[in-house]
Amino acid sequence: MHVLVLLLQILVLFAVVMLHVAYATYFERKIIGHMQVRMGPMRVGWHGLLQPIADGIKSFFKEDIIPEQADRPIFLAAPIICLVAMLTSLAVLPFAPGWVLADINIGLIFILAMSSLSSYGVILAGWASNSKYTFLGGLRSMAQVISYEIAMGLSLVGVMMLSGTLNLSKIVEAQGTSFGGMYIFPQIIAFFVFCVAMLAETNRVPFDLPEAETELVSGYATEYSGMRYAMFFMAEYIGMIVMSAIGTICFLGGWNGPFTVPGVPFFWFVLKIYLFLFVFIWIRATLPRYRYDQLMELGWKLLIPLALANIALTGIVKAIIG
Amino acid sequence: MEPMAIGKRLAEEFPGEILDTCVHAAQVSVIVRRQRIVEMLAWLKRTDKIRLNHLMCLCGVDNRDRMQPPLQRFEVAYSLYSITHGHEFRLRAQVPEEDPRIDSATPVWKGAAWPERECYDLVGISFANHPDLRRILLPDDWQGHPLRKEYPLKGHDEWSGFTDLLHKVEELRPFDFNPNPALRK
Amino acid sequence: MTKPLHTTLDVPVAAGDEEGYSLRMGPQHPATHGVLRVDLELDGETILECTPHVGYLHRGFDKLAEHRTYAQGLILTDRLDYVGAMANNVGYCVAVERLLGIEVPLRARYIRTMVSEMSRICSHLLWLATHALDIGAMTVFLYCFREREVLLELFEELCGARLTFSYPRIGGVRQDVTHSFIRRLQEFARTFPDWIEDYETLIDTNRIWLKRTRGVGVISGEEALDLGITGPSLRGSGIRYDVRKARPYDAYALVDFEVPVGREGDIYARYRCRMEELRQSARIILQCIDQLPPGPIVGDDAPDLVMPLHGHPGKEADASRWGTGLVRLLRDRALFPRGEVYVSVEAPKGELGFYFVSDGSGRPYRMHIRSPSFIHIGALPTMAKGAMIADLIAIIGTLDVVLGECDR
Repeated sequence: MHVLVLLLQILVLFAVVMLHVAYATYFERKIIGHMQVRMGPMRVGWHGLLQPIADGIKSFFKEDIIPEQADRPIFLAAPIICLVAMLTSLAVLPFAPGWVLADINIGLIFILAMSSLSSYGVILAGWASNSKYTFLGGLRSMAQVISYEIAMGLSLVGVMMLSGTLNLSKIVEAQGTSFGGMYIFPQIIAFFVFCVAMLAETNRVPFDLPEAETELVSGYATEYSGMRYAMFFMAEYIGMIVMSAIGTICFLGGWNGPFTVPGVPFFWFVLKIYLFLFVFIWIRATLPRYRYDQLMELGWKLLIPLALANIALTGIVKAIIG
Repeated sequence: MEPMAIGKRLAEEFPGEILDTCVHAAQVSVIVRRQRIVEMLAWLKRTDKIRLNHLMCLCGVDNRDRMQPPLQRFEVAYSLYSITHGHEFRLRAQVPEEDPRIDSATPVWKGAAWPERECYDLVGISFANHPDLRRILLPDDWQGHPLRKEYPLKGHDEWSGFTDLLHKVEELRPFDFNPNPALRK
Repeated sequence: MTKPLHTTLDVPVAAGDEEGYSLRMGPQHPATHGVLRVDLELDGETILECTPHVGYLHRGFDKLAEHRTYAQGLILTDRLDYVGAMANNVGYCVAVERLLGIEVPLRARYIRTMVSEMSRICSHLLWLATHALDIGAMTVFLYCFREREVLLELFEELCGARLTFSYPRIGGVRQDVTHSFIRRLQEFARTFPDWIEDYETLIDTNRIWLKRTRGVGVISGEEALDLGITGPSLRGSGIRYDVRKARPYDAYALVDFEVPVGREGDIYARYRCRMEELRQSARIILQCIDQLPPGPIVGDDAPDLVMPLHGHPGKEADASRWGTGLVRLLRDRALFPRGEVYVSVEAPKGELGFYFVSDGSGRPYRMHIRSPSFIHIGALPTMAKGAMIADLIAIIGTLDVVLGECDR
């Protein structure tokens, strides 16, 4: 019985997240469209509302082209690795008190691990396509993920120190229900580092080097088509959602809000995620792209020292206050 | 300095090299032998008060249909301009048909490399000491030089690369994707 | 400068890394602005050797022109730099007029100056759009297209075409401007500087933009001159050379404008130069409108090439004599002198020159087009050496090349 309930929960979560992914693409196109004095999708359904569905159906029915020289098994597996790793990390996210599939003690570490794992998909895709552009994209992705993983992990250490736990639900609880309890205030430096690293981890502008379309055509995904190509996109958007959730949980007090909305315990959580997603999209419409070495420089020379300083500072303050 | 005066000074500096001077639409061009062309260009570029430091245009001309002396079959025209002094000047170096060859101006202007490649490609004048003399606009295996007057407007025959492609298309036609099997031959 | 690939062995590479990574960019690539192909030898992402290949769009304009009359040759120039075709048309006409010694009435000269500057704005807007997109700033792209659309509509009102105008003609322009055109153009030129500020707020002081453009693709003035670079790309390196000032044509001697010059010679300096040029162009347009004198738009001694349009009864095509009657072409007039002439104009991309050799017949004996894009791509290996792939994209963008013009 328990297993059945769990399966049902997984199914619901999967469906909800997939719907979010589909409509995240829609809202991205709409928001960027309006920021760029154009309309965005308008044709399919009212104001293009059915566009993501149409896109999904289209990519399902497209031919799955596999390059002759590609390393076939890896080529086929890479997008799945990406998607599965990202979907797995959803399991530990607490959407509301008690609304979590697997309330494990190392939730934060688990998510970091999964996001690293998904970059394997990207690297393998770059390698297995046997094309120079994808290879460069894969290499860039590898270097980027390794560098920014460190910055991100370190930025979250401050949160761990304050809350004394790695369990995501407990981190939210540790922040209390008051507005001032949110870790964004004591951990403002960490929040800054986290936000930058979050953009880099999800390969978003201004750190979208692995798929920089004007340089590497489409980066690691150049040789992919149809559903497999769509899988990379799904993974990217789920990654955005997961990272937004981490930001919400660790810095913005999770599901807590100024008042509780009856019947919708996850109201504030989802709202905060939407806020993050909007910022993701907003940045995409605004900023140019970094160069590869500048990205590395930013990661190693600025973000990691900042995160380390934040840890030291947090430790000292904690030791003094008690 | 007046362009005519430049021509005079050039004639003093390089006696015997200047074959003729002509003026059209207030532009002076000097017809010269090809042997010391690089020296002349360098001199024009570096001499004070002349300083023709901008190579505006370098192109080859086939003189087949206007071969009054002193013109020879080909010529390379160098249109120069002095950004410092604001005067322009042109050299037209004559190149004979038997030996269509002239020294490259790349030691004087690095930027001459591509126009010279174009000239080699289209007119068929080769440039000695050029760092990388290859065809540029046309495929490497192109036959002939289109801007020569005997080259017809439509060319002689199809470029081999194109006929190869057509053969390839014929070869692959049986494997063509055809959604309607009834139409398949 | 362009060495064949087999001589790259003398480039120092890290030990154990002798096997370079070669990457072929183009001719189908999103950032090569057409059909440019660049073969790269890489060490990681650093470019050791960069060899551009052009010619994928070669249509043989030089050869074609030899078989056409001067009037017919005009339409070829539309297809050179299709982003700013009006400037090419004007350049061609100016060159032919100089060759044939034709006077252009003042009104036509003003109109031509005006449309050249419109064309410059068009071209620079497209440059900014694609350049910013190459560097990753997508929004600028669409902002620029918004204004470009206004201009294209103006062109459409002026001559019916949006890209391939063939609007100027030898000895003048094809049609007179209308009141509504002037009014709309004036409104555009007045508001345009505010729009430029729109773009500048997005990228001018953006840290990432500065990081990507400052100190990248640096070329000294001397070297740029040596390589034959012209236009804003040369002025960004501090050399004040603008054909509009150096050898004024049309009405440029009669209007007041400044030539913006940069100092650093990097991508940012060239970007600033072009942005200032946009402002100056708007200024020139306004002056042209203010000073536009009345009078004919075609010179009296212009060759009788006239589309059967209103306004010039004496010059209408004689259908019975010329068959189709659309274009009347001169073959046998004693108009054509022998001689050669090189005339250049300041096209948006740089110095666009036409070298004509006339043998006295009604067709050019030889026409050579000195296209700035061709020369600029020739300079690419020098500028890209030691840069990274992302820089190469930015450098191609900053040189502002159009392959239609490069390949001719």
